[in-house]
Amino acid sequence: MNLEFLKAFIVGGLICAIGQVLIDKTKLTPARILVIFVTSGVILTAIGLYEPIVKFGGAGATIPLTGFGYSLAKGAMKGVEESGLLGAFTGGISGTAGGIAGAVLFGYLIALIFSPKAK
Amino acid sequence: MEQNFTQKEYQKYVQKKSPNSPIIKNVIMAFVIGGLICVVGQIISNYFKSRGLSTEDVAGATAISMIFLGALLTGLDIYDGLAKYAGAGTIVPITGFANAIVSPAMEFKSEGYVLGMGAKMFVIAGPVLVYGITASVVVGIIFFLVGN
Repeated sequence: MNLEFLKAFIVGGLICAIGQVLIDKTKLTPARILVIFVTSGVILTAIGLYEPIVKFGGAGATIPLTGFGYSLAKGAMKGVEESGLLGAFTGGISGTAGGIAGAVLFGYLIALIFSPKAK
Repeated sequence: MEQNFTQKEYQKYVQKKSPNSPIIKNVIMAFVIGGLICVVGQIISNYFKSRGLSTEDVAGATAISMIFLGALLTGLDIYDGLAKYAGAGTIVPITGFANAIVSPAMEFKSEGYVLGMGAKMFVIAGPVLVYGITASVVVGIIFFLVGN
């Protein structure tokens, strides 16, 4: 076994635990939690705080939605380096294009195939 | 039991009666399940890395795989069962993003394929994209202004 699995478990677990504390203590809805997490990921990446967490935690930092924000911000900054102001617009979605297209395609197909179970 | 409890007394009473605060249990469950989902992500990520993909491609391929798993487990009615125990542990990972797309899409399929399924897919995912993408463009513009 590798230490990186333990790191992913601890970092990912801690990020989810923060989400749970927010849900229990503030009564924020899951939708708001997701919005807060993705936006926090963008901001933390922009000020250079998220990159070290990704370096340490691997998938533990990239799999939570903060990691989606990380990919967006990293893409936008890389875009600016490569193509200036235009890159600010194209970079974020370029960096996350696979995930977004995957979410649309699989979300649509799975919902098409399956029906909600009677509660 | 007497009915003339004040709010504070009642709160104390409830706290004394509950063996351990549910928030502790919720947080531990979120930590364990959320952590395990990330370990699955690490396994998938390592697989793509071993196939020689670049760092960025590994991130993309892993995100797509995890989204597929989250969507499939939601369709099979497994993910929501897990969510009952895991709370944020299933909401915060990217599998939860997939779950947030598939659940309303299935629910509103009866209202049609365009304004039912097509639109309701984004009830939760839409705001995530709006705020995430907006924040990233703002960051890019600031980065452009500061860096030049």
